[in-house]
Amino acid sequence: MIELKNVTRRFGQTVAVDHIDLTVETGEVCVLVGSSGCGKSTTLRMINRLLPASSGEILVDGEDVTGMDLQRLRLNMGYAIQGTGLFPHWSVARNIALVPRLLKWPKERIDARVTELLQMLEMDPASFADKYPQQLSGGQAQRVGVARALAADPNILLMDEPFGALDAITRENLQLEMLRLQRQLKKTTVFVTHDIDEALRLATRIAVMDQGRIVQHDTPENILRRPASDFVENLVGKQDRGLKLMALRPVRDLMTPHDKPRPAEPGADGLKEDDSLRLALSVMLWQDLRQVAVFDHQGNETGVLLRERLIEGGV
Amino acid sequence: MRIWRTPVLWLAVLLALTLGMDGLEPLFRLIQPDTQSVIYQRETFLFLLGNHVLLVLISATIGTFAAVAGGIFATRPSGRDFLPLVSQIASIGQTFPPVAVLALAVPVLGFGEGPTLVALVLYGLLPVLRNTLAGLDGIDPAVTEAARGMGMSARQVLFQVEIPLAGRVILAGIRTSVTINIATAAIGSTIGARTLGDPVIAGLVNGNTAYVLQGALLIGLLALMTDSLFEALEKLWARRLAPTVSPA
Repeated sequence: MIELKNVTRRFGQTVAVDHIDLTVETGEVCVLVGSSGCGKSTTLRMINRLLPASSGEILVDGEDVTGMDLQRLRLNMGYAIQGTGLFPHWSVARNIALVPRLLKWPKERIDARVTELLQMLEMDPASFADKYPQQLSGGQAQRVGVARALAADPNILLMDEPFGALDAITRENLQLEMLRLQRQLKKTTVFVTHDIDEALRLATRIAVMDQGRIVQHDTPENILRRPASDFVENLVGKQDRGLKLMALRPVRDLMTPHDKPRPAEPGADGLKEDDSLRLALSVMLWQDLRQVAVFDHQGNETGVLLRERLIEGGV
Repeated sequence: MRIWRTPVLWLAVLLALTLGMDGLEPLFRLIQPDTQSVIYQRETFLFLLGNHVLLVLISATIGTFAAVAGGIFATRPSGRDFLPLVSQIASIGQTFPPVAVLALAVPVLGFGEGPTLVALVLYGLLPVLRNTLAGLDGIDPAVTEAARGMGMSARQVLFQVEIPLAGRVILAGIRTSVTINIATAAIGSTIGARTLGDPVIAGLVNGNTAYVLQGALLIGLLALMTDSLFEALEKLWARRLAPTVSPA
């Protein structure tokens, strides 16, 4: 758990972060979102003390970070940033092994961990371990950056616009990857972004920041349904809130399940239980369908989603 | 091993000429037919070469350590305030010709190897300092930020990240510094240091072009050998510590 109590950061005369209070529960993803210069990065960097707080208290699992040994504090927090910050003179494997080496793990354990992480991020260890960062694509490099942050299995993950420099398609893939990993690993995560869609997709709770203050701290659904101010309302987009809300819910919520799963007919087309209602609506509109079959991970048809049901209960 | 071929070749030529200058007597006789002695005899070329190399080696070692340390200091958080001053000194120093540095050292320190050494150290500092600053400054800030954020200590960031990444640029600075100092050391002969400049000065004073040629040839070969040595070192550094492509 991370607690910020009345934390302020000044740069000379300007106040970058203005008396904020924020609690990030264990295992949740807290996304700090806001336009550039709103203090979200500064807030993140105060948690691992890359910047000291001017006043206020920051507690990690109840312990004040100011009193903690700096190396011990940071080694227990994975850190991933925009542009990766991978060491260009180290191979992918050595980059990932950075923190385990600092923690003096035995070599066999490090090697096993590197292989495990590369597989977890769907990169073939045999072909990637010995490459250098400049030989990777943007998306691959960012995966390695995430792997490096996860290497020593830290309790806390700090991510500062990690996908900010990627193209839209790669970014979406990495966001999905992130969701998958988070379901498995349940890290306490603080994630900074200026992209509200990224925030809505990844967050357990979102903290919207403006001019150094947190203007609303709530779940994605509540942020969309009950924006606390005009600023938040504009940030989430007034008009397409309906679609954004649908994007938060899986098809599973509204489908009409079959009594028992049926094996799919070959070539059958449909949605997966985890697909969003937004995607379902899009498919129905495009193909002009009144209902769509829904499949589980094994490919069995588990139910159907009806158009009326979706329109009535989607938002 | 192929990268060492050029420096070794130049070293062989340099040593052959140093030891076998007498063998070229007929050639020098052609240039200087009227003079009795056409090969410089006051000292052996080997002694002069050794002394010359020693002077450059000592001054380069001192100068490099001082300049790299200064450059590192000026880029640390505690020394950041000095960065503009240090980089200005480094730039201004470059505009002094080496001869002027020597000439200024004499009134203060007198004649001989001592003042030459001081002048060489001072003059050799500057290219190394400038390149150390440029090398450390040229590192992507995201890299050092990530290094610190992941929990590396300041010392680990310096020795495992910054030095390896800036190393090639720093090495290029040392290369410039040493090459210039090989030439500057020769001018040290005018203030009484025993270097390969001796035959050049003696030749100029006595109107003996053969002497001048012998000194100049050896100085040139020494500079070429050193330069190719550094080129090899830079390649080696790039291959070991900052590879840009995967080892095949």
